[in-house]
Amino acid sequence: MLSIPFPKPPTSEAAEALRLEVRAFLKETLADRPPAERALSWTGYDEAFSRALAQQGWIAMTWPKKYGGHERSALERYVVQEELLAAGAPVSAHWIADRQSGPLLLRYGTEEQRREILPRIAAGECYFCIGMSEPDSGSDLAGARTRATPVDGGFRVNGTKLWTTNGHRAHYMILFCRTGENTDDRHGGTSQLMVDLSSPGITIRPIRDMSGLEDFNEIVFEDVFVPEGAVIGELGKGWDQVMGELAYERSGPDRWLSSFALLVELARYLGTSPSERAQELLGRITSHLVVLRRLSRSVAGMLERGENPALQASLVKDLGTGVEQEIPEIVRQVVDIEASPGSDHQLSAVLAHTLMYAPAFSLRGGTREILRGIIARGLGLR
Amino acid sequence: MSDTTTILHDTANRLFSDSITPGDLARAASGDWLQTQWQQLEELGLTLALVPENAGGAGLEAADALGLVRLAGYHGVPLPLPETLLASWLLANAGLPVLEGPLTIAPAHQAEPLRLERTGEGWRLRGELSRVPWARHAAGIAALADHDGQPMVCLLTPDGYTLDHAVNLAREPRDTVQVNCALQGAHVAAAPDGFGPQQLQAAGAALRALAMAGTIDRVLTMSVNYANERKQFGRPIGKFQAVQQNLAVLASQAAAAGAASDIAAEAFGTTPDLLAIAVAKVRTGEAAGSAASTAHQVHGAIGFTEEHSLHFFTKRLWSWRDEFGREAEWNRLVGEQAAHAGADGLWPLIASV
Repeated sequence: MLSIPFPKPPTSEAAEALRLEVRAFLKETLADRPPAERALSWTGYDEAFSRALAQQGWIAMTWPKKYGGHERSALERYVVQEELLAAGAPVSAHWIADRQSGPLLLRYGTEEQRREILPRIAAGECYFCIGMSEPDSGSDLAGARTRATPVDGGFRVNGTKLWTTNGHRAHYMILFCRTGENTDDRHGGTSQLMVDLSSPGITIRPIRDMSGLEDFNEIVFEDVFVPEGAVIGELGKGWDQVMGELAYERSGPDRWLSSFALLVELARYLGTSPSERAQELLGRITSHLVVLRRLSRSVAGMLERGENPALQASLVKDLGTGVEQEIPEIVRQVVDIEASPGSDHQLSAVLAHTLMYAPAFSLRGGTREILRGIIARGLGLR
Repeated sequence: MSDTTTILHDTANRLFSDSITPGDLARAASGDWLQTQWQQLEELGLTLALVPENAGGAGLEAADALGLVRLAGYHGVPLPLPETLLASWLLANAGLPVLEGPLTIAPAHQAEPLRLERTGEGWRLRGELSRVPWARHAAGIAALADHDGQPMVCLLTPDGYTLDHAVNLAREPRDTVQVNCALQGAHVAAAPDGFGPQQLQAAGAALRALAMAGTIDRVLTMSVNYANERKQFGRPIGKFQAVQQNLAVLASQAAAAGAASDIAAEAFGTTPDLLAIAVAKVRTGEAAGSAASTAHQVHGAIGFTEEHSLHFFTKRLWSWRDEFGREAEWNRLVGEQAAHAGADGLWPLIASV
């Protein structure tokens, strides 16, 4: 049998108790947040909110206390993540640091890096971006050309990173770059460096996306000095380390709840007794979300047990982003309303944003085609 | 999963793969009854897996026992194992005798409910049941009938009904049953508390969801194997990205169906979680259509022949997604609850399943 296993997700009473606590907090904190802003999902940026969340102990939840963490279970963390996204909370500032960069440092970082950085992430005050894509290497990450050349006491970095989310607002970048000789092994000679974005020689240019937001950036490195202590893990092992991060990046509720604010507005618009057709379409999407949530929680369980479910994560992201993109189409089938950016009519405004942002869902964090290639490899076809 | 369950599943898996050949699938589709295989199922106790221990069953967790249905789906077992599991479970829970031999249940959504009337010490039951799975081979049918607003479980035996044969796409019997018979008191009992037609429909839907998940696993396996074997343009077709991408989608549908069927198995019971089962039937049904379509595309012309065994599985998928409520019906239940929950309640509803 070739089907890809998704073990039963763990359950936890502590996590369910926490859920109610989070809901109460969000209800109060986000009371005045309009639907059109909730629709920004995890691109909504608000440093004050991130700090408030940190005060609740809801950032760095699973990390050791000595690094500012709270030693809670992955499942409890998962509950907080999904409640935040379902409520349309502005989590962007700390999201990548909490999801990906912090866990990377915990796994591969030096003690000094951990002590210096992790408590600041946990406090909601230190934000990260991920420097992977480049002008000539998008999906083909191994084609990255940004190079860190060894010099006295560290490296000199030259190159350009592109589509770097929050590059203009983050304090650090986890830079994927070449540090070794170019060999036949395209994955070899790559490393990850933690780059302070205030270093001289870095030029950051925000790029406006087609929805009108400025989340991603072009970041140019010109003879940027990066100290030796900025190497994460082992020099030359960058590829393997990046691959290990992907399960965190691809399986979470951020891969199937990006359009949820629109579904909420649809439900508000339809009221309690919609037409049979509207019921059917709403029921179908709801069913898809329930099943995605189970798959996604199953991956959270695998992560908690220390497994590397990169294959399962790719599958969750592919299915999840597909549903995220279907939601605006469902709305169009049910409601006779035109999408209008900035409209006072909340459903119209949220539909406009979601429609224009939806193409990104199956591009960011690994395109649909790349994910399906990974699944095909998991099936033994490649 | 307990050791007992693992042993049961291993035993069943071995039996199914050893004793159900493509030839058997063809024989069953042409109307033969596979008595030898049925006896093997009974001898291994598989047919009683859902019956509580105090009623002579194995005392397994329902979700574990229902794993058999997914396995049977994978192997295309052309026998009424799910129906017998469900009928014996319902009879045992109502305190009625669990007959030996293949049993079946009458789908609850009928044009008109059965009419059950008191006649002295006994009862009289009248009415018509359509699309009853495997009725022509059954030693008994468990059906729900209404008596003064109370759902009653009735055990019908072949002397109490006549049959008109009909089949589904996979040529599994789906007969029409004309009932007009006296029933002794020992064959009629009140349904378990809270268990009515909708709950029976949900129980059947849960079983079909599990069977579809297993069958989708099978068409995925067949399709990947075929793509690795079949060569065109000098290499296996599975080496072409276009084919790989389609198979990746098929694998995703299989995973979604698997997760949905797990939801169904956990929600199964005398007071089933209707929302959870609705979600599961909707999602497996949708995956079934997609999986069947991709499997045929990958298999090319050979998969379209009667000789190749792919059609035994895809026809079952096309049939089962419609049985015990197609997607539209269960979508409406989910959508109604979602709308009722409203903008603020939608997320809590999703997170509750």
